[in-house]
Amino acid sequence: MTKEELKIQILTILPTVSFEETGEWLQVLVAAEDWKLFAQQLHASAELQFDYLFCLTCVDWKTHLTMVYHLTSTTYRHNIVIKIKLDSINPFIETVSDIWRTAEFHEREVFEMFGVNFLHHPDLRKLILPDDWIGYPLRKNYEDPINMIKL
Amino acid sequence: MFEEVGTTTEGDLIINLGPQHPATHGVLHLVITLNGEIIKKVEPHLGYIHRSIEKMTESLSYRQFIYVTSRMDYLSAHINNHACALCVEKALQLEVPQRAQYIRVIMDELTRIASHELWWGAMAMDLGAFTPFFHAFREREKINEIMEETCGARLTMNYMVPGGVMVDLHPDFQKKVKAFIQQYKAKIHEYDELVTGNIIFQNRMKGIGYLSAQDAVSYGCTGPVARGSGVASDIRKIAPYDVYDKVEFDEVLQTEGDSFARYMIRIQEMHQSIKIIEQLIDVIPDGNFQAKTKAVIKLPKGEFYQRVETARGELGVYIVSEGAAQPYRIKYRSPGFSNLSALDHMVRGHKIGDLIAAMGTLDLVIPDIDR
Repeated sequence: MTKEELKIQILTILPTVSFEETGEWLQVLVAAEDWKLFAQQLHASAELQFDYLFCLTCVDWKTHLTMVYHLTSTTYRHNIVIKIKLDSINPFIETVSDIWRTAEFHEREVFEMFGVNFLHHPDLRKLILPDDWIGYPLRKNYEDPINMIKL
Repeated sequence: MFEEVGTTTEGDLIINLGPQHPATHGVLHLVITLNGEIIKKVEPHLGYIHRSIEKMTESLSYRQFIYVTSRMDYLSAHINNHACALCVEKALQLEVPQRAQYIRVIMDELTRIASHELWWGAMAMDLGAFTPFFHAFREREKINEIMEETCGARLTMNYMVPGGVMVDLHPDFQKKVKAFIQQYKAKIHEYDELVTGNIIFQNRMKGIGYLSAQDAVSYGCTGPVARGSGVASDIRKIAPYDVYDKVEFDEVLQTEGDSFARYMIRIQEMHQSIKIIEQLIDVIPDGNFQAKTKAVIKLPKGEFYQRVETARGELGVYIVSEGAAQPYRIKYRSPGFSNLSALDHMVRGHKIGDLIAAMGTLDLVIPDIDR
């Protein structure tokens, strides 16, 4: 499907989304409270079939955080990028690990590195960092005088 | 059914595999819940070789950050470098000289063969057979010699740069690669005679660690793991980069979804890689090996994503640029990380000895998982 066709399909699922024109793939901006239902429909829709979440990450923009989900369909081979703005002081969002199982590990990584709280995640613990680690290393305001070498 | 097995009850035994266990091929730590010999749950604990490459990269320039990626999946160093170079080129809309594109693809495929050969030897060693390891290293050594001559290194090559490759090929390159292909073809039947056809080996692999096509997609498995379950996921076919659209090769697929299927995929992939190299080695065009780039590379503001096929699956490089000489944020979507997440699902209900066989066919490289 082309970008325009994808837009029409996505608007029928959720009319409140907006689009960003830059980039290789269609970028969809979604509100955090709509995400769970929207994700379920993207996965279940016969026309879209976004069954493969190939990248899940977060970007710290200092004033806010942005969750970035890269989705593709193994049947139709079309891709979209979902972006969701989160508050940087108390970020939380619904988990999608029940829709795409790969999200379970990726969300744990984002949880420890950015401090995003994934609601209803089956096992939200630190994955890479030690359990007693304080702070969120991939945040821009993170300071560590011992382990970080500044050039 | 699996939810029932997954809960811990009294009388269960919890054992730690790793972080220093030869079968994990690195510092992977698995906490295994056992009932007798039967696995109820496998829980990976990561981070023993976490170097925070993503954070480190935020203070490195677009020339420097490529070298760090050789230390992620050290068996696919060329392909990691390739992904980063391609991502920067995509952002700059830089045309790469044909010669460089050919060289890169040949190097990628040589890397893939070397990686699969090491996997094959190590896999057999995990199951208790020591001889195959020496057979595998005999061929792999030839590839390492070829790499050493051209790139100056045997493992962390750092050969690909934005715009092409760092130096031109060694004059002996073509001759040596052809000699390697000849040796490979003469000796490859030994691999099948030693391991593939071995009935003990087959009994340990068939039906072990089953992963359905649907689960493979859901867990984000890529590379030979997904293809063993019948999921076409080869990025070289889906979104060809450099000269992959000019060469003919098959995407090998098996539908069984067990450890033996994943084993067979890798064996056949080596043949396909040889086929690709044979098509390219005689027709490397003359010309520049590197496009002209500015001394300080600055990417335009925006977000760039590049997918490539490493020996383990899909590697994604996601760069967020604010227009500076360093990336604002970088994310490596490493294949091993997602493949590992399926391990628990694959081995539940199996005996603990089968965990090693199933894990071996995932071809885990721990620095690639931890990053």
